[in-house]
Amino acid sequence: MQSSTVKGKAFIGETKKLGSLVCRNMKCYFKDKILFFVSLITPLILLVLFVTFLRSVYLESFNGIFAVFEFTPTDDSVVEGLAGSWLLSSILAVCSVTVAICSNAVMINDKIENSISDIRVSPVKGVTISLSYFIANFIVTFIVMIIVMIIGFIYLAIVGWYIPVSDVFMIIVDIICCVLFGTLLSGVIESFISSQGGLSAVSSLVSAMYGFICGAYMPISQFAEGMRNVIGVLPGTYSVGIVRKHFMGGYVQKLGDMGLSVQGQKALLDGFDGNLYVGSTQIPLWGMYIILLGACAVLLAVYVSLVVINKKKRR
Amino acid sequence: MVIEIENLKKSFKEVKAVDGLSFNVKDGELFAFLGVNGAGKSTTINIICGILNKDGGTVKVCGKDIDQNTDSIKSELGIVFQNSVLDKRLSVYDNLKYRAGLYGIYGNEFKQRLDEMDGLLGLNELYKRPVGKLSGGQRRRVDIARALLHKPKLLILDEPTTGLDPQTRQTAWTVVDKLRKETGLTVFLTTHYMEEAGEADYVVILDSGKKAAEGTPHELKTKYASDFIRFYKHLDEAEKYFQGKSYTVKRVRDFVEVEFKDTANVGVFFNENSAIFEDFEVLKGNMDNVFLKVTGKDLKEV
Repeated sequence: MQSSTVKGKAFIGETKKLGSLVCRNMKCYFKDKILFFVSLITPLILLVLFVTFLRSVYLESFNGIFAVFEFTPTDDSVVEGLAGSWLLSSILAVCSVTVAICSNAVMINDKIENSISDIRVSPVKGVTISLSYFIANFIVTFIVMIIVMIIGFIYLAIVGWYIPVSDVFMIIVDIICCVLFGTLLSGVIESFISSQGGLSAVSSLVSAMYGFICGAYMPISQFAEGMRNVIGVLPGTYSVGIVRKHFMGGYVQKLGDMGLSVQGQKALLDGFDGNLYVGSTQIPLWGMYIILLGACAVLLAVYVSLVVINKKKRR
Repeated sequence: MVIEIENLKKSFKEVKAVDGLSFNVKDGELFAFLGVNGAGKSTTINIICGILNKDGGTVKVCGKDIDQNTDSIKSELGIVFQNSVLDKRLSVYDNLKYRAGLYGIYGNEFKQRLDEMDGLLGLNELYKRPVGKLSGGQRRRVDIARALLHKPKLLILDEPTTGLDPQTRQTAWTVVDKLRKETGLTVFLTTHYMEEAGEADYVVILDSGKKAAEGTPHELKTKYASDFIRFYKHLDEAEKYFQGKSYTVKRVRDFVEVEFKDTANVGVFFNENSAIFEDFEVLKGNMDNVFLKVTGKDLKEV
């Protein structure tokens, strides 16, 4: 009884220390104005570039599908909104990883500036320190994602808003899943980095590659079959898939109300990754969540193993 | 004893960083731990702080074995690193608040500690300023405050004055001296400034992971350091006289320096040849000489 009370007190004490470290890590991030600005501005620049250069390409593609099914939308705002929602879902899914990598710079800076030694000489468990970086990174990335989401919603409200409230709620849930995936992925990748140069190199590499390999920058249906199969086994693809499903759902339903046939709606979703396939099997929405959360569980196991291995190496 | 180390061993692959090291640090002592870079000082400190595991031997801090009581020992010690490791973008107040949180110090207890630190180090006007914008001396005061927030029994100063200007060094030492007088704090110092080591109660000199010498500064100087006479007049005569007696004589631009073992010999030389003693001074050997003699290395050059 006495032993469990002591353990309980120790747990509460360690949780308070965790809280203190999380606050410290977040404040370090937000006080680094350039870091915060770069994290926030990158998705916004992507949004502007998408809207400026790719909007018309996607509008033409949508119209191509409508022509096949002899459908003419009576309200252009639905098609404009559909293009916007496709672009926004891509940005949110990609940035959940790129922003997480960027905001994890606090952990790298602690290694570079040796602040980590100052934390390790205090009576705090190693697992608490690692957890504090993860939680702070998760919260920071989530905040940035929510800001981008609100700005994106404002854009959609201007061009055409057809997202039901239930999907808005699910988009927030999707963002939480994507941020969890991005935070764990960045934690694993950045366990190996201990210099500013390394961080810049990884940020550049991931920013350049990730959007393509998860099918965010181009619809997967436009890739060659071999590449489609490769992309199909990468969990990042499903982070894009879940967000896309909830962003596009309302617009496709509205097009159905306007007269687009069920086959036409399916063709639209198939062509623009609203439906995802492995081979010829369609992955249901719940399947996408399971794959994504399963990937998170694997990444968590790798992350914990790396923390333990690094601790042993350090000692 | 605040620190008891017995036959401590630590290797990194083939390199023996610490090789059978034993020493004790008494309560309230200013203990100087000297050695060139790579001698094993930082490895020993990291083991004492619980950052590194040892390969062999025993380490006790405040009577507790490091293997069984790491967290408890960490609460008993504060450390000032050579380079400030506080968060440069955060204010002094935030830095101290978040570091205090790591020791379970929050709310009113933190404010009380902060007042105590303010009384000791005069930090009040610095609280709102980012640590990165402070001068070297101000930053060092904050480093010391961070190390003392949780009232440790042992303060480890890892080259605390390296790179600081003389005035700031003096300020840092005034604070440490005041602390020792008022609280009886034990201070474990590593330094490259031998005049600072000369003020210590006890000194251990480390060379290639092993203890090369130990004792009070007076004992070490008596055992290892030579004394010197400097002649500023009759340079040729002085040089000739001492060379004839097989002493080490060094001719510098405007004086001749003669190294000898015992100050008592000066009287003998004076009686023999008082003419050359028209303008001279006798210099006692210092800790620089001790270090050079013990390790064969000059700390200022390595």
